[in-house]
Amino acid sequence: MSSELEIIKDPGVPAHIHRQADLDPKAEQKAERQVAILFALSSLGTLLFIYSYTFLSEDLFIFFPILGTTNAKQLFLGLGLAFALFFIGAGAIHWAKTLMPDEEVIAMRHEMRSEDEDRRELIKTAKQGAAAAALGRRSLIKRSLGLSLGLVGLSPLLLLRDLGPLPGKKLETTSWKTGTRLVTDPGDRPIKPSDLEVGAVAQVLPAIKEGGHRALSDIGKDAVLLIRLRQEEFQLDPERLAMTYQGIIAFSKICSHMGCAVALYEQTTKHLLCPCHQSTFDVTRAAKVIFGPSARPLPQLAITVDDEGYLVAQSPFNEPVGPSYWERNSQ
Amino acid sequence: MTARERVAGTVANYVDERTGAAKWMKKNLNKVFPDHWSFLLGEIALYSFIILLLSGTFLTFWFDPSQREVVYEGSYEPLNGIEMSAAYASTLHISFEVRGGLLMRQIHHWAALLFMVAIVVHLLRVYFTGAFRKPREFNWIIGVGLLTLGIVEGFLGYSLPDDLLSGTGVRIAQAIIQALPVVGSYLSFFAFGGEFPGEAFIPRIYTVHVLLLPGIFLALITVHLMLVWYQKHTQYPGPGRTEKNVVGYPLFPVYMAKAGGFFFIVFGVTAFLSAVASINPVWLYGPYTPGQVSAGSQPDWYMGWLDGLVRMAPPIETHAFGHTISWNILIPGLIIPGIMFTGLALYPFIESWISGDKREHHILDRPRNVPNRTALGAMALTFTIVALLNGGNDIIATTFNLTINQMMWFSRIGILVLPPIAFVVTKRLCLSLQRADRDLVLHGRETGTLMRMPSGEFVEIHEPISAEKAWTLTQHEQPVPLELEDTDARGVRRPGAIKNKLRNRMSRAHAVAVPKVNAQDLKEIEHH
Repeated sequence: MSSELEIIKDPGVPAHIHRQADLDPKAEQKAERQVAILFALSSLGTLLFIYSYTFLSEDLFIFFPILGTTNAKQLFLGLGLAFALFFIGAGAIHWAKTLMPDEEVIAMRHEMRSEDEDRRELIKTAKQGAAAAALGRRSLIKRSLGLSLGLVGLSPLLLLRDLGPLPGKKLETTSWKTGTRLVTDPGDRPIKPSDLEVGAVAQVLPAIKEGGHRALSDIGKDAVLLIRLRQEEFQLDPERLAMTYQGIIAFSKICSHMGCAVALYEQTTKHLLCPCHQSTFDVTRAAKVIFGPSARPLPQLAITVDDEGYLVAQSPFNEPVGPSYWERNSQ
Repeated sequence: MTARERVAGTVANYVDERTGAAKWMKKNLNKVFPDHWSFLLGEIALYSFIILLLSGTFLTFWFDPSQREVVYEGSYEPLNGIEMSAAYASTLHISFEVRGGLLMRQIHHWAALLFMVAIVVHLLRVYFTGAFRKPREFNWIIGVGLLTLGIVEGFLGYSLPDDLLSGTGVRIAQAIIQALPVVGSYLSFFAFGGEFPGEAFIPRIYTVHVLLLPGIFLALITVHLMLVWYQKHTQYPGPGRTEKNVVGYPLFPVYMAKAGGFFFIVFGVTAFLSAVASINPVWLYGPYTPGQVSAGSQPDWYMGWLDGLVRMAPPIETHAFGHTISWNILIPGLIIPGIMFTGLALYPFIESWISGDKREHHILDRPRNVPNRTALGAMALTFTIVALLNGGNDIIATTFNLTINQMMWFSRIGILVLPPIAFVVTKRLCLSLQRADRDLVLHGRETGTLMRMPSGEFVEIHEPISAEKAWTLTQHEQPVPLELEDTDARGVRRPGAIKNKLRNRMSRAHAVAVPKVNAQDLKEIEHH
């Protein structure tokens, strides 16, 4: 064991080496001047800041190498502030390093532990206090206090109840109903199958009545992607194929993983990709997950056309859209 | 006595007669602080926090924390006439119409990034030098708490502008809440006042971001600093430095000037970054709507590792009895981070249990002298870095012409394989460095001068190292493994024998070391 062996001796704190400014009055004056120059540079920074704030035009753009074209006002405001602050710091530190005493001093530590006597006194005081309150004997008080302390925490919890409504069926339902028209987003125009060429993609929402307003929370469930492929490219079972119309297939745009918009479509591979976590869905196989963390395909919306030839929903989504949750029946 | 001295005396007298502070002040103005660059890391975190308070207060004067829909009519042409939340519109107003507003937004965001960097690097310094050991365990736990709150505070902060990127981040946070078994959808509806995104979220997180969390931060930082003050700072080993003393500069005036000056430097550098390097240009992203997203959506770096874990999770969900459990969200989003932060918080206690060391420590360890701890740190760091890389897998893939699949498989395999490799390699490295120290003390420094012996042999001249250096390299204690007996004196198996066996094993692993040079070794070598 190392403790039995004699260790190498501690030579102690090395002797202090004086700085130039400690010995030479000239060097001292030079250091003083340097500090003053640094502080003066800070003042120049503030002047630059004031000038930029007051006189520089908002739409002046200048070119700087590396930075590219930048807004002059933003740049010089920032630089002015940066210099103003930085040089105060630089001056103060230079002052401390060159002119303030640089001799290391030694202070002693004390152990965190209190003196034994203090600790004994504390225990005695605590015991006396406990004896005076006599909690040990007054079990009725102890229990009733315990009960009320336990219960009092319920009130603030209960007060949080009105933060929001209960979920009810809201996570399972969307605005899509049988016969709801598909309209473009943005633009709110109804779509005919002929509007979509093979290979085209469109983002659609359910039509709303004239002058109506869509809440973001509705868009968060209703957003749908339309993709048109050649009929023979699909590898769908008959039930799923019946949900398409003339090669147009509709999927919820809300990712089945964490609810981002599945916004990237690769035309050559016919894959939909969510840019958040890269879950990848194969459009030809009913948005089956072929890569990434999502565990479920994107819900498919059954579509057809109405009497006027516009695309409409055949029926609502037959499963909840968006990310999973405890009550979701995914079987 | 000069007039100035008389005034100082009068003021000091006035204050002391009302507070009795003279004794306390006298003692504390002479308080000694050891000097080392790595002790500035915590200071950077503190100063960024002050910058955050100042710039954040400025932003609140114009920011409108509301999801009320407005139509934008401002000086940023591309978004004119577009519907957006008041929060987003007021962020544009701060950026384009309030003079210096954009600068302050940039300073606030840069300071937040710097705050988190400083906290993490400070944590690494504390970890690798063993500064968390008794009596500083409380401060370690407070630090872990500050780190955790910092991540939350940063996330809430960049969510406030309600732009397309931040809204996407909020959507992901909502999906994590919603994925909680049993209570998930209820909690989500309470948090958002109904369905996502609703109109309640921004005002609510605003209160949390500007009042609740900063208040907790202030309280925790105060306690953190008071403990540093009271327990006195740790110091690196060196000549004259012992467990019983602290060697450094007095608070007044040297340390005050340096620390005060350093605040201005940190602020200046933050302002410089904000002037030249634009981050989070929210006007380019557009307002949030759940039906859109921009490619390459990235969280800020301190959330990136979490996102990276979520991205690499295998697609596992349990569907049973009409319920769904999303393991692909719960494991990377809650369970792994939970284990990591709990382990981090408990580490001081785990190490002291393994080593059996219950003494106070004020001299820092050189990381090589505690190979097991250093290797464990390297392992955890490797895990986090792989996760962080995967958080940017799309950006990395497009930058280096890789496929996203290659990136993902690298991460999925790498996160399991690389950390253990990092452990073994780091441990070996530490032992090699110990051996190098031993050689240096025994044989001295290589001078690079070759000498030809009369026999024709060439030898390099070694020069003995200074006594100070020799002390620094050999002052550490070498741990001794625990020897817990399986059986007591009468041969009866003691309770917890398996636990003791495990503890013995870990303790032996912890105590692996190259024997350090002692005085006898040196004497022996002198005889050669």
